[in-house]
Amino acid sequence: MGETPHRSADAGTGGTRVTQSHEWPAGASARVAEAPVSTRSPGGTGLGGGGALPRSRKFGAERAFRGLTLAAGTAVLVIIAAIAIFLVAKAVPALRANTENFWSYEGWSPNETEPKFGIGALAFGTVLSSALALLIAVPVALGIALYLSHYAPRRLGTALGFLVDLLAAVPSVVFGLWGRDVFSSPVRDFSVWLNQHFGWIPLFGGDGPFGASVMLGALVLAIMVLPIITSLSREVFLQTPTANEEAALALGATRWEMLRTAVLPYGRPGIIAAMMLGLGRALGETIALALTLGITFGISFNLIQNGGNTIAANIANAFGEANETGRGALIASGLVLFAITLIVNITARAIIYRRREFTESAA
Amino acid sequence: MTTTATSHRTRPPAQPDSLRAKRLPWYAAPAIAVAALALSAVLVYGTSIGGPVLVIVLGAILYLVGLFAAANAVEGRRSARNRTWSALIHSAFVLAVLPLVSVVWTLVSKGADRLDVNFFQTSMNNIGARDANGGAYHAIVGTLEQVGIATLITVPLGVLCAIYIVEYGRGKFAFAIRFFVDVMTGIPSIVSGLFVLAFWVLIVSPWFNDGRPSFSGFAAALALSVLMLPTIVRSTEEMLRLVPAPLREGAYALGVPKWKTILRVVLPTALPGIVTGVMLAIARAAGETAPVLLVAGGGAAINTNPFENNQSSLSLFVYQQAGDASKYAPARAWTAALTLVALVLILTIAAKLLARRNRLSR
Repeated sequence: MGETPHRSADAGTGGTRVTQSHEWPAGASARVAEAPVSTRSPGGTGLGGGGALPRSRKFGAERAFRGLTLAAGTAVLVIIAAIAIFLVAKAVPALRANTENFWSYEGWSPNETEPKFGIGALAFGTVLSSALALLIAVPVALGIALYLSHYAPRRLGTALGFLVDLLAAVPSVVFGLWGRDVFSSPVRDFSVWLNQHFGWIPLFGGDGPFGASVMLGALVLAIMVLPIITSLSREVFLQTPTANEEAALALGATRWEMLRTAVLPYGRPGIIAAMMLGLGRALGETIALALTLGITFGISFNLIQNGGNTIAANIANAFGEANETGRGALIASGLVLFAITLIVNITARAIIYRRREFTESAA
Repeated sequence: MTTTATSHRTRPPAQPDSLRAKRLPWYAAPAIAVAALALSAVLVYGTSIGGPVLVIVLGAILYLVGLFAAANAVEGRRSARNRTWSALIHSAFVLAVLPLVSVVWTLVSKGADRLDVNFFQTSMNNIGARDANGGAYHAIVGTLEQVGIATLITVPLGVLCAIYIVEYGRGKFAFAIRFFVDVMTGIPSIVSGLFVLAFWVLIVSPWFNDGRPSFSGFAAALALSVLMLPTIVRSTEEMLRLVPAPLREGAYALGVPKWKTILRVVLPTALPGIVTGVMLAIARAAGETAPVLLVAGGGAAINTNPFENNQSSLSLFVYQQAGDASKYAPARAWTAALTLVALVLILTIAAKLLARRNRLSR
């Protein structure tokens, strides 16, 4: 719709030259500078219609307003760049002072005279808990979304969808508190049971204590991202063209076959976007994990023993007693988190943009 | 179902049974469910490997298997798949509702303990581990100020940015801005907190504060702005795109310059949608804990000046009370959580209702 004024402005007036002053592409300030100041020379090439238009001024409200919006747009790029620059600036001195390998050392004691800290275990914990959370949440969320969009009676579906949207807005600290105070005891019982009967699998091995584990953290994360993924994918499923669904049904497809052949393929880009958004939230989640994980520093696939840690949770926990180097070290870890989420996001967006073009041209 | 529908009419032509697809009788599903539960109870208690929860879980799995087998035998493979997936989707719904209901229930039941007038009128100043009183007044003040300042910063910036993207932006530069707004949506809150810590608290604030870095509510507002900006830009952008082209063209036809068209015609038309987006962004920002923890520091006393000294916020208050050793702290944490959720939900519900009345929305 951004193009509309362009077309109409050119339609009946005196050629492009007169109206062009309203329509220069953004970021073409160089062209603004070299363009002739007076676009309407008397007796010049302009046709009759051009005379009716107001003279385009060099410093008019139009230019000022456009400059203002351009500045606001540029601010976004500046902020992203500033985040990277300032994090790097504060992280480098701490990284210089680090006496161990930043990537491989398993531990976090940057406040001592010989600072030692490493990101390896933290990054591992971040990825492990987020991946587990997504693994649990995505199938369930897609199930709920399908239920709400295609199985539930319309009124019930709308009401429950509204409820899911509300749950997506519940702050993470509330989930963290609930996970620690309420959810941890059933998870502990379950962990003990798993350990008794499936202890031979390394994931569920160990000899306790259980409870404040990666499993608890991942489950709380899963419950947290569930409403987000559900509400986004439900919206996508609802947008499936009715014609596609009816065509599938008319060809004799069962309801599941209709969902599989018409709804799911149509919603795939949306599902990917929802997953990535959920993953982004899970990767960056701080407080819920700081409250539920039993903070340790080590790389372990054991899911049920007390332990687990993530970059963000470590920042929240270690920030209180951090000195100058400690802060730098935490900022360095934040930089790694920023890089991870940036990669995830850019990948997701690239997928979505490509898919969007594809689906729009196909539709 | 065919028999009741056709009984009033003329008899349908006799249809041989071989032409009609065989279907499971209506009682098949409940019967399989009961059988599955009984079997799983026998299995679980017979081998004594678990309790009632395991009975239900195992029963559900057995039910799915049994349903698939029965439907496969009678109705054929496609129908069996359909039934199984349908059962799976329903059970996903039940599975997810349980924890979410538990969260809400705990929130209300535990939060009601300290829901008294005192809680909203006192701060945590001079409240020791043995004091049962103490409240969240300072935290509420902090939340309102921080979110308010963040809104003041973000709304003009975000709306102007969206106007640029929709109305003026062309080519690669505008695409880059759109792309990075999308990317910015995914920046973790803790990273935005660290950014403001590195930029404002450690580098800029010493200039105003005799060379010592200082925490402040304003820094928290800056961090929240970084989080709110992309949300507002995206929702405003979408609303601006929904404004009908004839409205713009009508204004141009009357000789109204473009900037005036945007300010007087496009923005007022899109306003309800923009307000909805802003309210959702505020709701999200109000619940953020991590950035406030990093740059506002939190404090026990009432501090109404957002530009100096530590300030708390509701979510940070919840986090701090959750980590407090006092036996009265959990009750305070839950009540503060209830207050926070109420605040966020009121904003969200208002935003959704506003969106529903919006003429532009789909």
